[in-house]
Amino acid sequence: MSVTTLLIVLLGLSAIGYYLGRARSVRTVAGRTAELHSLPSYHGYYVAVWCGLPALLLVLAWVAIEPDIIRSLLIAKLGDAAAGMSPQALGLMINDVRNLAGGSLVSREPDPVMQAAADYYNHLRFLSRLALTVFGLGLAMAGLTYAWKSIHPRLRARNRVEKVVIVALIICSTIAILTTIGIVLSLIFESARFFTKVSPLHFLFGLEWSPQIALRAGQVGGTGLFGAVPLFVGTLLIAFIAMCVAMPLGLMAAIYMAEYADRRVRAFAKPALEILAGIPTVVYGFFAALTVAPFVRDTGASLGLQISSESALAAGFVMGVMIIPFVSSLSDDVITAVPQSMREGSYGLGATRSETIRRVILPAALPGIVGGFLLAISRAIGETMIVVMAAGLSANLSVNPLEAVTTVTVQIATLLVGDQEFDSPKTLAAFALGLVLFCVTLVLNIIALRIVTRYREQYE
Amino acid sequence: MSNEPLGGLATAPQAAIGRPIADVVAASLKSRYASERRFRLYGLAAISFAVLCLAVILFTIIRTAIPAFTQTMINLDVTLYPQEIDPEGTRDPETLSRADYQRLLRDAMDDLFPEVTSRAERRALFAMLSPGATYFVRQLVIDDPSLIGQRVRVQVPLSDDFDQLAKGRIRADTAEAERRVSDKQIEWFERLRSRGMIETAFNRTLFSAGDSRSPELAGVWGSVVGSFWTMLITMVLAFPLAVGAAIYLEEFAPKNRFTEIIEVNINNLAAVPSIVFGLLGLAVFISFFGLPRSTPLVGGLVLALMTLPTIIIASRAAIKAVPPSIREAALGVGASKVQSVFHFVTPLAMPGMLTGSIIGAAQALGETAPLLMVGMVAFIVDIPGGPLDPATVMPVQIYIWSDAPERAFIERSSAAICILLGFLVCMNLIAVVLRRQFERKW
Repeated sequence: MSVTTLLIVLLGLSAIGYYLGRARSVRTVAGRTAELHSLPSYHGYYVAVWCGLPALLLVLAWVAIEPDIIRSLLIAKLGDAAAGMSPQALGLMINDVRNLAGGSLVSREPDPVMQAAADYYNHLRFLSRLALTVFGLGLAMAGLTYAWKSIHPRLRARNRVEKVVIVALIICSTIAILTTIGIVLSLIFESARFFTKVSPLHFLFGLEWSPQIALRAGQVGGTGLFGAVPLFVGTLLIAFIAMCVAMPLGLMAAIYMAEYADRRVRAFAKPALEILAGIPTVVYGFFAALTVAPFVRDTGASLGLQISSESALAAGFVMGVMIIPFVSSLSDDVITAVPQSMREGSYGLGATRSETIRRVILPAALPGIVGGFLLAISRAIGETMIVVMAAGLSANLSVNPLEAVTTVTVQIATLLVGDQEFDSPKTLAAFALGLVLFCVTLVLNIIALRIVTRYREQYE
Repeated sequence: MSNEPLGGLATAPQAAIGRPIADVVAASLKSRYASERRFRLYGLAAISFAVLCLAVILFTIIRTAIPAFTQTMINLDVTLYPQEIDPEGTRDPETLSRADYQRLLRDAMDDLFPEVTSRAERRALFAMLSPGATYFVRQLVIDDPSLIGQRVRVQVPLSDDFDQLAKGRIRADTAEAERRVSDKQIEWFERLRSRGMIETAFNRTLFSAGDSRSPELAGVWGSVVGSFWTMLITMVLAFPLAVGAAIYLEEFAPKNRFTEIIEVNINNLAAVPSIVFGLLGLAVFISFFGLPRSTPLVGGLVLALMTLPTIIIASRAAIKAVPPSIREAALGVGASKVQSVFHFVTPLAMPGMLTGSIIGAAQALGETAPLLMVGMVAFIVDIPGGPLDPATVMPVQIYIWSDAPERAFIERSSAAICILLGFLVCMNLIAVVLRRQFERKW
């Protein structure tokens, strides 16, 4: 029985368990359900949980460990043929056996040994599935019988079912923590492997970045080739240009929306900003690469300036446009949170609107606005598609916005796109860059969130 | 800063010696009002700039996309010689699909231009047809074998260079070396056009095909289906998990260190760059768990983890908006805590949760970077049939095409953007309607 069928059968059994449990609970009190501790439906759920949950866990565990067990059994069976092989060749061979067993194409002519191995593999899989079906269904039936037998008017079925529900909810909310742990562990683990090949000092302070060269023969994890400073400078340059666009425009837009705009302007401008925020970044990248960058280059050419067609200016500008709605919505929240009494106090002293905004509202809202800016910077640093499509590929240590620079995210993307071995320094470098990116954005986010929360508390 | 005097107003006390304050204020009013107007104008300029950017982006993309929705076709009379297609007359589908349709098309083209005899010229002539033209004819014959032996008029696509020529993107008045079509080919094309054999048709391939090396045969359908499977996995995983987490954190979680860590975590995860989730997917799902690369399964898992915080935050807001009186009333009539939450609070919060999920899904649908990491950027011609088939998604297809040298691919990329934006607009409209329809003021 395939796993899917088995899961469907288990679901069906649980449903049957629900009805059996409910019926039995009603029968034990001869229909006077008020005598039951829990409602009949909870008895039903109780049986269903006992029937489905243990069997489901068994199936999941089985599916998780089955491939490894079959693999080691297969290697044992191959015996002499597999003994002298390198891990890669062995992996290839096992893949071939698997493909042969599945009836698809293989990379070489099947010989008798392979054929035998494939037959054995099929045999093992058949055995495994058979055992899983027997044990899974057996466990489900056992659970069902046990729970069904234990139904009793005084059984605290509701409390037990609710306990299961609460545990499930707790598991849901720990997924967020598990994700963070997963990110941190995978980044640290792969970066550690990278740093055994390249010294962390070289990586953080080296001035030259050319990971491609390190792949050529005779150069093993070349020193000085993984110096990430040009990437950091490029990232900061583009983020700086983006913030030069987004900060004044986003803040002014927010001020206008919060303090000046009448209903008509708001009804038009707010959705426009929301659409701008909802446009996928790949679309911004497309726009940057195909419209803005050539435009910047041609404008520069007509002024006698040599501007690269992958200039930091074009990528940074478009990124700034992308961040405007982000800055403006964060600032808008903060500005509207400033108590009305402060505005009225200022107006009462005779200040004009702009004086009130500049002298009263902005100083009061400053922490929140700064928090918003920090979040925006972290977004600009982590943004990928715009720079992948519109910024340069080669590392170029320069702060000239008219030249092509590359960024951390561009390098991560280019290092990992395409097929490559998982343990070359080139691939691992991407994880080291990812670690730096993660740490920087994390610190920015934590500071920003803390500032914003504290600010909110102040006025709430 | 707040101790500073208030502009023109507060300089009054010093200047007022000998003059009434009203005069000082009146004198400064003009410049104060001017600065007020300037400030207001800056605000208006900022908003106008943002709106202008939006307009420019949409305008350029739609303008670039329009040519991609039509395709230049040629109406060709092809004689389906039985001796070429099916010499034994068995009408066996195997034989029919193996026959040399290219030759038939070559003959048809040669018939049109009998004066073209040299090998190179004949090749240039045949290059005007799309490489996919033979498949059109083959499909025609396989669908209806009774056509064999007849002379039929088929409509096949021209290759992308001549499509561009017909749309005026390649100009005949430029130097021959600078364009991708030769003078001879342009002459043939003009003769075909004057005979009325060239026709512009709606580009159906765009909506029915997967990727291709030839722009005229490439379509977005493969990536639309890939996006569908990816989003299916994403939402099936993210929605229940996020709702469960939100319910727990809002309704059950005790105030302690553990829940505090979870909350800080969720807020931080929402701001982690998306490419980092791609690294996570590569290291954990592909490398550690050995899930197949380039599949919607892995892409969906990564996007699920990425959208989880968004949906959790929206769901928590929705649960928070349900007034405590509902819970208290439920508890008052004897419901347990779990019953009050699942029978009363959650149904009332459901529209808000759905709205948040749709917005999260719209974000995930437009996400590209993490999917590049897990290999969904491969060149895939086949339409994926399930979450375990190699696939690509719409934003990645846009990225792949925008990188191509052919102008026609850029146009198709724009068309794909229009389609993607269409999907996003629909999803957001649904979210807005849901909110309007079910939002309750307590």
